[in-house]
Amino acid sequence: MTYQADEKGYYGEFGGAFIPEMLYPNVEELRKQYLDIMKEDSFQKEFKALLKDYVGRPTPLYYAERFSKKYNTKVYLKREDLCHTGAHKVNNTIGQILMAKRLGKNRIIAETGAGQHGVATATVCALMGIECIVYMGEIDIERQAPNVARMKMLGAKVVPAKSGSKTLKDATNEAIRDWINNPVDTHYIIGSVVGPHPYPDMVARFQAVISEEIKTQLKEKENRENPDYVVACVGGGSNAAGAFFHYLDTPEVGIIAVEAAGKGIYTGESAATSALGKEGIIHGSKTLLMQTDDGQITEPYSISAGLDYPGVGPMHAHLFRSGRGEFISITDDAAMKAGLQLAKLEGIIPAIESSHALAIFEDRKFKEDDVVVVNLSGRGDKDLNTYIDYFEL
Amino acid sequence: MNRIKEKLQEDKKLLSIYFTSGYPEINDTVEIIKSLEKNGVDFIEIGLPFSDPLADGPTIQESSTIALKSGMTTNKLFEQLKDIRPEVSIPLIIMGYFNPILQFGVEKFCAKCEEVGVDGLIIPDLPVDVYNDNYKPIFDKHGLKNIFLITPQTSEERIRFIDEVSDGFIYMVSTASVTGSTKGFGEETKAYFKRIADMKLKNPQVVGFGISDEDTFNDATKYAKGAIIGSAFIKHLNKHGKNNIKDFVKSVRPV
Repeated sequence: MTYQADEKGYYGEFGGAFIPEMLYPNVEELRKQYLDIMKEDSFQKEFKALLKDYVGRPTPLYYAERFSKKYNTKVYLKREDLCHTGAHKVNNTIGQILMAKRLGKNRIIAETGAGQHGVATATVCALMGIECIVYMGEIDIERQAPNVARMKMLGAKVVPAKSGSKTLKDATNEAIRDWINNPVDTHYIIGSVVGPHPYPDMVARFQAVISEEIKTQLKEKENRENPDYVVACVGGGSNAAGAFFHYLDTPEVGIIAVEAAGKGIYTGESAATSALGKEGIIHGSKTLLMQTDDGQITEPYSISAGLDYPGVGPMHAHLFRSGRGEFISITDDAAMKAGLQLAKLEGIIPAIESSHALAIFEDRKFKEDDVVVVNLSGRGDKDLNTYIDYFEL
Repeated sequence: MNRIKEKLQEDKKLLSIYFTSGYPEINDTVEIIKSLEKNGVDFIEIGLPFSDPLADGPTIQESSTIALKSGMTTNKLFEQLKDIRPEVSIPLIIMGYFNPILQFGVEKFCAKCEEVGVDGLIIPDLPVDVYNDNYKPIFDKHGLKNIFLITPQTSEERIRFIDEVSDGFIYMVSTASVTGSTKGFGEETKAYFKRIADMKLKNPQVVGFGISDEDTFNDATKYAKGAIIGSAFIKHLNKHGKNNIKDFVKSVRPV
């Protein structure tokens, strides 16, 4: 048994491609070619060179000594926060822009919530000199002004999504509509392991560099490739997919996915999809999603914009349903405290998304000699205003 | 015989209208259906509103949002339709996205359709392959025709496959677009209409997307059996309310 996608893009019962016929030619073109293109020597060479020289990989695997002492276990932080643009998101956009070029596309569209994926997409489009259009919910545009400015500096056009709830899921709808209206010249760079097959698998493979590096680095530091646990936060789940990827079929490595409980799982203001979601279809994928009894998709809530998605990638839905993954949800308050604590203990200000993963150590106890790798998916610069407001700094 | 099949045998170009159930007011559904039939519309697509209608443009999405806000649900739609037969005799097709149907239960949904007298379904995000592998026997058991879409980009091989699986008509999307976005058909689109006609498919074709008036209706039905109007009708409802349906139908197909 494997926890990877099968050839139709299913992880167990989740995944697939539930798309309108208008999207079929685009998605089918990508599905037929993505694996072959990724296998090409020239592709791998270019991808790896850019990850090294442009993104700054490999990112360090850092032994967090004071943090470890506090929780009486061995904690390593995978420093994705040190990537160019401040988060793991760029691993995927580098891969997809190279894919788009090989597919002969000359126009890029993307969706973004907080703006991190939008910035990472605008960045690689600037790098390659390709036109870039980013859809962003009207409400998010107001909330995330610095990232909107970054995208504009990078030459991207930011288009407000004015439909529905005017947030990430609506930005995704608008990007999909753009793709329907532009079926020939455009590639859609999805930012997470969501959407129709082959996106979840393709994005996971681009992010898999994270766990590939963890293996090598852990071997150097601990003389073992496999930690006892890998921990990552999950919104759509791309950083988690990358951190888990090479451990999925290694049962002795525990997989811990951390979701946003918002103000509390059952408060009605939460994004804990595994606890609150039911099986359904969102953005072309069968997965767990938050919805009404009538099948209308509901608006999630988290203090962290990057975890504020009503669904979860089909890989994670399967990890949850099969019991392979341990799912923990963390409230806004616990995450904020964990973020501040990491700053004080290790001199690292994490993104609030990543703070969720750091917060589990309060209640989830590990053995003294356990080796636990936490994927520190992004840095906290973008969240400074939220930290300032929350702690009245 | 299924009402859709029967209607397709009539010697005329068919006009179909889409509207969103529960819109403009939650209890308008039945009245709009009756009025459309009375004014000579050949069959009707009843939209089941969804929060995230990917294939639709702003006009239909807005009408769905309003219908949902008014309390429209799948159960409510079946309640509204429970006495529609035999009073209304033209074919009725429900157009909805797959998630609400999945939550209702596919089998239960199909049974309900049969019970109230719905003849077919259009589910844009249920691809033909998935339908064929998993759901076809359920639809067949309840006598429902599932209608598939093709677009100018659909390959000939796939069109043949869709024709094979279909038993009713094929919904020809006029241009690569979401609903409600084009004004008039260019030469390229007309060439596509002809190309499909020349394929001599076993199922007749009905054109949708971009049809709003007499000209576009005539262009669309030059080769095809009929045409479907959605966004333009919703816009008409927005402007004139539901009491002026006669004028709208006349503006598309003067008697």
